[in-house]
Amino acid sequence: MRYYAYFPGCSSSEGGAKAYGVSAQAVSTALDIELIELDDWNCCGSTPYSSFEELASFCLSARNLALAEKTGFDLVTPCSSCYVILNRANSYLKQYPHLRAEVDESLAAGGLEYRGTVRVRHLLDVFVNDIGYDAISAAVKKNLNGLKVAPYYGCQLVRPSFGFDHPEMPESIDELIVSLGGEPTPFPMKTRCCGGSLVISEEELSLGLIGKVLKSARDNGAECIITPCPLCQTNLDAYQKSAGKKFKTSFNLPVMFFTQLMGVAFGLVERELGLKSCIVPVEMVLAKYL
Amino acid sequence: MERSTRTDSFVEEVSAIPGGEGIRLCIQCGTCTASCPNVERMDHTPSQLIAMARAGMKEEVLSSNSMWHCMSCYLCTVRCPRGIKQTDLMHAFECLSVREGLSHSRTLTPAMYRSFNDFVYSLGSLPEAGFMTWYYMLTNPLRGIRLLPMALNLRKQGRLTLRARRLTPEGTKQLRAILNKAEELGGMS
Repeated sequence: MRYYAYFPGCSSSEGGAKAYGVSAQAVSTALDIELIELDDWNCCGSTPYSSFEELASFCLSARNLALAEKTGFDLVTPCSSCYVILNRANSYLKQYPHLRAEVDESLAAGGLEYRGTVRVRHLLDVFVNDIGYDAISAAVKKNLNGLKVAPYYGCQLVRPSFGFDHPEMPESIDELIVSLGGEPTPFPMKTRCCGGSLVISEEELSLGLIGKVLKSARDNGAECIITPCPLCQTNLDAYQKSAGKKFKTSFNLPVMFFTQLMGVAFGLVERELGLKSCIVPVEMVLAKYL
Repeated sequence: MERSTRTDSFVEEVSAIPGGEGIRLCIQCGTCTASCPNVERMDHTPSQLIAMARAGMKEEVLSSNSMWHCMSCYLCTVRCPRGIKQTDLMHAFECLSVREGLSHSRTLTPAMYRSFNDFVYSLGSLPEAGFMTWYYMLTNPLRGIRLLPMALNLRKQGRLTLRARRLTPEGTKQLRAILNKAEELGGMS
């Protein structure tokens, strides 16, 4: 059994990507991993806080890092945005002594201190590097038998690089798909931006980006898409109909979290997967595995 | 002889923000601009913004819409041959623009970020339903109403919880103390 401190992030805990959190836990259990949720964690602040209040945004991360340090485990998150924000704070605190001094003083006001020993990991990194593709293959009960899956990495899993996979041509999800018996779709847009949270404030612009990603996946023969990011999943799934309208087409491509597809291949049940929460229905594509 | 000019002081201000120091290294090759998925919407391209900042055009830079169109995809950052962290530079411009109290009539992104941050500050977590409702009420209620069918659909699929996740009372107090201290120190914001 391997143990990790777990930072679900707002979206995967009580938010729109709850199914991600649920399936992440279920798949981890199947792989002999225990994700121990960090007590009383707070929102990482994501991009909006870093765009308004630099110091406070680092403090939001620092509190979580300080809490994680007490556990002695690596801090693992399934959310690509939390992954970048926490990692960025972690490395900048080492790199900039004047920032470190101010963050230390702020943390002390809350009775906390951070020594800088935590490693921040993405859940995908833990699966493919700590557990490995062979062990994942060994846990497969329902081989995906050539299911054509587009691996959508999005931006922040691989950029800016925190040492996990290539920033523009990553392979880890492709290999994961192979280890489940599926066939990764060649997918030139696999690390292009979906618009992130700007889908709220600049919807037209984001729909253009979402449409391009969906079109690339479909034109290359994908039957479905998997992603390691709550915002990517929401944009490609919930906004798929609107993007289709803009591109005068109907994409009809189910978009799942990579943990959900792993769960399907591991033979887990709906309660542990949350597939019903997908807006574009997955049943047609997954019928032979469920 | 040492002389402080308008140019120097803005570049220094930007350089003092973590990740902003790279502004001095730019060779104007334009790789960031060519990599940006949103550049057509920007008043000035990322490389122009750097050149303007170095020419001391503080107000023009900070009141432009450019940085608010950055989606933090980090393509520019990983491609820059000088190792400049452009995404961080964009964040630095955003923070300075907020600090200067400049208005941004041509983009709703600052209002969206502000709604987000208000929730994070007061709750320590982000309830998506509350945040979206608050943002559309402040900016464009009509658009909010038109999005209702999608919201209801998300709700039906169990993806729009109305109840916010709360920290323990001690956790909330602790976080508040930390953030208030940060605001008081305010060095970089």
